[in-house]
Amino acid sequence: MTVEQGPNGARIARETAPPQGGRRWIGKRLNRVEDPRFLRGQGRYIDDIKLPGMAHAAVLGSPHAHARIVSIDTRAAERLPGVIAVVTGEDVAARAAPLPSFGAGEIVQDMIATEKVRYHGETVAAVIAEDRYVAEDACELIDVVYEPLPVVLDPFTAREDGAPLVHEALGSNTAYERTFTFGAVDDAFAAAPRSVRARLRWPRSTGMPMDTNGAIGDYDAGTGVVTIHANSMNFTYFLWLLAATLKIPASKLRLVPVGAGGSFGSKFFMHKVPALAGLLSMIAGRPVKYVEDRTAHILSNDHAGSDRHYDAALAFDDDGTFRALRIDCVDDYGAYLQFGTGTHGNALSQVVGPYRIQHVEYSLAAVLTNKNQQGAYRGFGAEVSNWVLERLVDLAARELDVDRVEIRRRNLIGADEFPYRTPTGNIYDSGNYQGVLEQVLEAVDYPHWVAERDRARAEGRHVGIGVVASNERSVFSSTEFWFWFDEPDFTPTSSPESASLQIDPTGRIVVTLHSQAQWGNSPETVVSQVVAEEFDVEPDSVLVTYADSQHALPGTGPGGSRFTVMVAGAVAGASSTLKQKIRRIAADKLEANEDDLEFRNGAVGVIGTPDAELSLADVAMTAYMFRLDLPPDMESGLSAQSTYDHPLTTLPSGDRSDLGIFYPFVGHAWHIAVVEVDPETGKVDFLRYAAVHDAGTVVNPQSLDGQIIGGTVQGLGTALYEQYLYDDQGRVRNASFEHYHLPSSMDVPRITVGHQETPSPYTAYGIKGAGEGGRMLTPAILSAAIEDALQPYGVTITTLPITAEQIVAWTTA
Amino acid sequence: MSTAAGQRVTVHLEVNGLWREAVVEPRRTLADLLREDLDLTGTHLACETGVCGNCNVLLDGESVRACLMFAVQAEGRSLLTVEGLAADDGTLGDLQQAFHDHHGLQCGFCTPAMLLTAHEHLREHPDGGTDEQIREAISGVLCRCTGYEQIIASIRAAAEAGP
Ligand code: FES
Ligand code: FES
Repeated sequence: MTVEQGPNGARIARETAPPQGGRRWIGKRLNRVEDPRFLRGQGRYIDDIKLPGMAHAAVLGSPHAHARIVSIDTRAAERLPGVIAVVTGEDVAARAAPLPSFGAGEIVQDMIATEKVRYHGETVAAVIAEDRYVAEDACELIDVVYEPLPVVLDPFTAREDGAPLVHEALGSNTAYERTFTFGAVDDAFAAAPRSVRARLRWPRSTGMPMDTNGAIGDYDAGTGVVTIHANSMNFTYFLWLLAATLKIPASKLRLVPVGAGGSFGSKFFMHKVPALAGLLSMIAGRPVKYVEDRTAHILSNDHAGSDRHYDAALAFDDDGTFRALRIDCVDDYGAYLQFGTGTHGNALSQVVGPYRIQHVEYSLAAVLTNKNQQGAYRGFGAEVSNWVLERLVDLAARELDVDRVEIRRRNLIGADEFPYRTPTGNIYDSGNYQGVLEQVLEAVDYPHWVAERDRARAEGRHVGIGVVASNERSVFSSTEFWFWFDEPDFTPTSSPESASLQIDPTGRIVVTLHSQAQWGNSPETVVSQVVAEEFDVEPDSVLVTYADSQHALPGTGPGGSRFTVMVAGAVAGASSTLKQKIRRIAADKLEANEDDLEFRNGAVGVIGTPDAELSLADVAMTAYMFRLDLPPDMESGLSAQSTYDHPLTTLPSGDRSDLGIFYPFVGHAWHIAVVEVDPETGKVDFLRYAAVHDAGTVVNPQSLDGQIIGGTVQGLGTALYEQYLYDDQGRVRNASFEHYHLPSSMDVPRITVGHQETPSPYTAYGIKGAGEGGRMLTPAILSAAIEDALQPYGVTITTLPITAEQIVAWTTA
Repeated sequence: MSTAAGQRVTVHLEVNGLWREAVVEPRRTLADLLREDLDLTGTHLACETGVCGNCNVLLDGESVRACLMFAVQAEGRSLLTVEGLAADDGTLGDLQQAFHDHHGLQCGFCTPAMLLTAHEHLREHPDGGTDEQIREAISGVLCRCTGYEQIIASIRAAAEAGP
């Protein structure tokens, strides 16, 4: 054991030696096995793939946010040499069903709009051509006559009587409305001597991966099988939904996963692009590639982030003890509702953050407007909720005139209180929140920076400090998508992940994964390290491959910081079966007792007897080729598979006063930022930025650091720059990288990262998810730090992004 | 812009030390020439409007946006793409190895352009220069995954390891 005792009993060093003899590979800072192909330019992203006879598609998007389609004349486009077909909504309606949805009801979405368009950029036609240039030329020749309709862009206006309806069949723009109450909220507010209340605004931004969404459809008319190569195939076990859209038997849909150049949520259950590529291929009778260009990705990829208006309040005692939280949110979902209100279900998993708050009320109105629909973005709604909570906590500290660290410390859930049941019913499995706080304070020498800030302030400089916390729930069950409804239509409770292990006759281990897993995370490295741990082989000797959906076991893919936890569980399960078989074969051959065998250096041998061992290759050759050497009841071959289900989830209660356990493996983090703001230009400079995260057992500290830093910088974009802007007709004004500013290398601080490890008692090896944590803190910390820096101006930050123009407006007001 | 059907021109250029030839439409971009005609798909397109720098290649040693140039503009010139950075047997070059050792990539999409841009920077500043100079050198290449920290560390490490 190399575990050191930190402040408050925190375990600061990695757990390299757990009780049963030590870990050799999990926790090691290894280079990623995925890297070499990317470094050589051999990543094989979707647009790099060419199939024989492949045609290319381009799509035409609507220039209007809300308009009736009067007519579409495709004749000129069809006449252009090289054009194979022009496809409109009518053609689609004749051949395909609407797109899958997890929360639609009357809200029907087609691959290509029919009758009317509901947002700027909605697809109205697609062209299949010999070449992408020709397909784009042909799009310009399509003549669409629109009758513009009044637009509704603001969710409050959308809720008024007489507002234009986005979906007439629904009869209202309020798609969904509900208040959840946990505990005695009114009483707690009435009894508490103090409270703060704020109206907060989180604007629409997006994951914006460098690689857009794309797919290649490949229809085989002979067998009727539709093969779709796509850079997402999350939810292997939900693909029957996509088959239903294409009106083919699920057995005849074959999705081939293609690694993606980033997702951040934007490829989470990506449905529209694969469905379209599949259908276009069925129409053309040959392979068709459709890859979004940047404009199409911005305008019509479904997956932009939350767009929320809050009225939120926190009640507390004079000594700063938090009592109750009230959140009222109007969420501008845009024109469709693919994930239903799941992004608020997600927020409810950790709505009280790391604090002991007993009473919570959460109201949501999910409103439809003439904007692109929301989807997933790193944090899936919980990052927004964390910003709201941390803003209220800062306001409470100001109200009481107490230190912002002190008020947080006073309310933290204690290390001895786990597993901790939150008011909504979700539990936090384990943690040492005080320990993480002390580590981050020490990492930056907090008192030093407080003194520096005060000194700078005395000189008239605008230096500010932010200190914020966040929990990071990981590994969703599926109930957050439907517990909103009293009588949901469909109540899935599965979100499994699978792994198959095979040892080939030469002793090499091949692992097959069963969902789209390569989005820039490190699935192959994680799996190799876990396999190495189980069999004591070199991680880079392990080959990781991906099954296509016809061969896949149930899988859910990355998202909700679930993949590392779940795939480790699946690999552990398959390993255990396989090791059992190896032990039996080896015990027979070595004339030893199975219990006396251990796995060591690519071999299996008798503990304490170095000479008595068989290499995995010897065992494998026997298993494949020498049937008569095997125990009589044993089958030939050396493979095993395992499907790992969510290890800890329960159903919500009928009356929804208890939502059950649905997101229980909860990491924890603190960030500290010191900024200096230039009141004349609004520029924010970073003097110090430190993060400490506890994600349970760390598999690979190097790739975990990458996730934390990358997430933190994405959150910085959300906090300072990113927001979709619309004109009064609902047209997106910044649908390009020129006008939608992503953080560049000049915009980001040096970030130092520290780790603690409080293993989860419920997961394989004690791992917790960690892919979203960084982005859960930056919006809150930059709000806090900039507000502190602008203290002389009495600014309260309630709206993101905090642009330079906004800062200048405050300082010159 | 639409070109008369059938109009084609022949382009000759040196790519990673080999002279190559392709017959293309005059409007074909350099990026599409590389990706579609020469099957060098390591040059990636993320915006096609000259902003993200993910398509950067080195033309006579200078970084250029391959999405903004027409293929015909590269006639007779010499190009280095990511495919030219490793040894013929695939062994990573020093800069590539430094990115591998310091986790300078996640999804790998921006990586070819980052490597080439860093390559250009290190030629001009063999000692790596200051961190500020490294930041500035790569500021024209957008990465959405890494937050740049580990990319900067990789370039610094490559400089310290020396040529
Ligand atoms: S693809 Fe060339 S600059 Fe973005
Ligand atoms: S590594 Fe993914 S964009 Fe840079």
